[in-house]
Amino acid sequence: MSLQSLLIMRHELLLAVAAIFILTAEIFIDPARKKNISLISIVLFAIVTIAGFLPFKLTGTLFGGMYVSSNVSTLMKNILNIGVLIILIQSVTWLRKDENSDRVSEYFILIMSTLIGMDFMISAGHFLMFYIGLELATIPVAALAAFERYKNKSAEAGIKLILISSLSSGVLLYGLSMIYGTTGSLYFFEVSQHFPGFNLQILGFIFFFAGMAFKISIVPFHLWTADVYEGAPVNITSFLSVISKGAAIFILIIILYAIFPSIMETWQKTILVTSILTMTIGNLFAIRQQNIKRFLAFSSISQAGYILVGMVGGNQLGMASVIYYILVYIFSNLGAFGVVTAISNATGKENIDDYNGLYKTNPKLSLIMMLALFSLAGIPPLAGFFGKFFLFTAAAEKGFYFLVLIAVINTIISLYYYLLVVKAMFINKNDDPIVNFRSDFPTRSALLICVAGIFVTGFASIIFELIKGLSFGN
Amino acid sequence: MNAGIPIQFFLILATLMFFVGVYGFLSRRNLITILMSLELVLNSVNINFMAFNRYLFPHKMEGMFFSLFIIAVVAAEAAVAIAIILNIYRRFTTINVEDVDEMKY
Repeated sequence: MSLQSLLIMRHELLLAVAAIFILTAEIFIDPARKKNISLISIVLFAIVTIAGFLPFKLTGTLFGGMYVSSNVSTLMKNILNIGVLIILIQSVTWLRKDENSDRVSEYFILIMSTLIGMDFMISAGHFLMFYIGLELATIPVAALAAFERYKNKSAEAGIKLILISSLSSGVLLYGLSMIYGTTGSLYFFEVSQHFPGFNLQILGFIFFFAGMAFKISIVPFHLWTADVYEGAPVNITSFLSVISKGAAIFILIIILYAIFPSIMETWQKTILVTSILTMTIGNLFAIRQQNIKRFLAFSSISQAGYILVGMVGGNQLGMASVIYYILVYIFSNLGAFGVVTAISNATGKENIDDYNGLYKTNPKLSLIMMLALFSLAGIPPLAGFFGKFFLFTAAAEKGFYFLVLIAVINTIISLYYYLLVVKAMFINKNDDPIVNFRSDFPTRSALLICVAGIFVTGFASIIFELIKGLSFGN
Repeated sequence: MNAGIPIQFFLILATLMFFVGVYGFLSRRNLITILMSLELVLNSVNINFMAFNRYLFPHKMEGMFFSLFIIAVVAAEAAVAIAIILNIYRRFTTINVEDVDEMKY
């Protein structure tokens, strides 16, 4: 292994070094000063994030084609890094609590190993690498969901997540075994060459897609989402809804575009149906939710539906708009979750009714929540609008006008329930509102990053141009 | 080569095992039994990979290696799942899924 190959896979290597460093620090640090581990870990991760952006040689293959690094995969990894950095900053307050203070380093190690898995998954060139990356990205998350071991709900969320994710990998592997049996190889480029799309191959693809749909929580494979999101700690919920989902969508779009272009007609039909179902059902269920975490869970399901709309065309604009939308979605959703985290940490309240009259007591938090929700809904000056606009344009470019119509109708429905929360905060009266509190420095800085991201990604057109220049498609 | 058992037999066995596993996953009420059903699902995949490798592509060992990795990863998964099940037993004093129902709808 030469120095160059070290540079090609620097995301994964640096993360592994950081994780091992934290593990060693955990052993040698004085127990009284364990709270410093948060600071050390975040500084380390910030260094990893910045190193990911350095303009070294980015493309190449390693390990006989098992690991492929391209410009677009580096971009995806950088986007995920930004999201994880925000989540780590947000979770400092929660980790300072007494009941979590003995397991601070575990939290960071698990998050980082998850991210290593996602990075390997995104730059896989062989289905074996893809599978191992996928599992490395799911197993630690289940441990994280059960992190609050003194809470019943947390344990329940953990077991639901690990069982559903193992079943989904079983389904996915069954599909892969059929693809292997019909093509004779598991290398991405060889599979794409031997994929005329006869019936057994289509069956294998359907199994594969169902397995991925579990991970992205596409309807009808979404039933675990709301329970796991409600039970897991808030920071893990935001990790699941943004980073896990984003990474799975990234690898799905790479695989659909790079391996299965020969059966594009088939997967376009699959995505057409599932995206309509996902948007509609996600929206209808979001309306009747009382818990804010369940509410955001269903809203994230419907967001996945919009993302599928952008994927359906199989064109270059589609890939660019999906990556851009994930970037926007990271900032908007983490903004909303940041406010939920702050309130949950300060008061422990997680119902939408508790947010009544929040504007009177905590105007800044309410404003940030409103901005984030408006960006998720796609109100024009914010980044979410441009993201949705590009997604729908990408589908319309290939003639999916009916799908775009349904997506637009769903956007209007989603505006209704996002406004319900805004109404609760600004208009509804409450005799016992959440008292005024001042968040600490990490929470405030994370929220500031999110708000800045919502505006910058919307107004700086250079970001979308950059993403579009790196994307591929036909 | 391989006179006697045709490949279809292995594939039928794997398919049966897969769906028995999925049925068990959905119908069983004990968490440990659910975990055992999951093992059936994943082992059926192993049989598929090995049968395809041995009969159709015997010159390359890709399928065999893949099933080795599946076995290792599934062991890791089961370890985490059992740790969580232990925690559930401590919290709920049962591992029946019908009683672990704090969150619904």
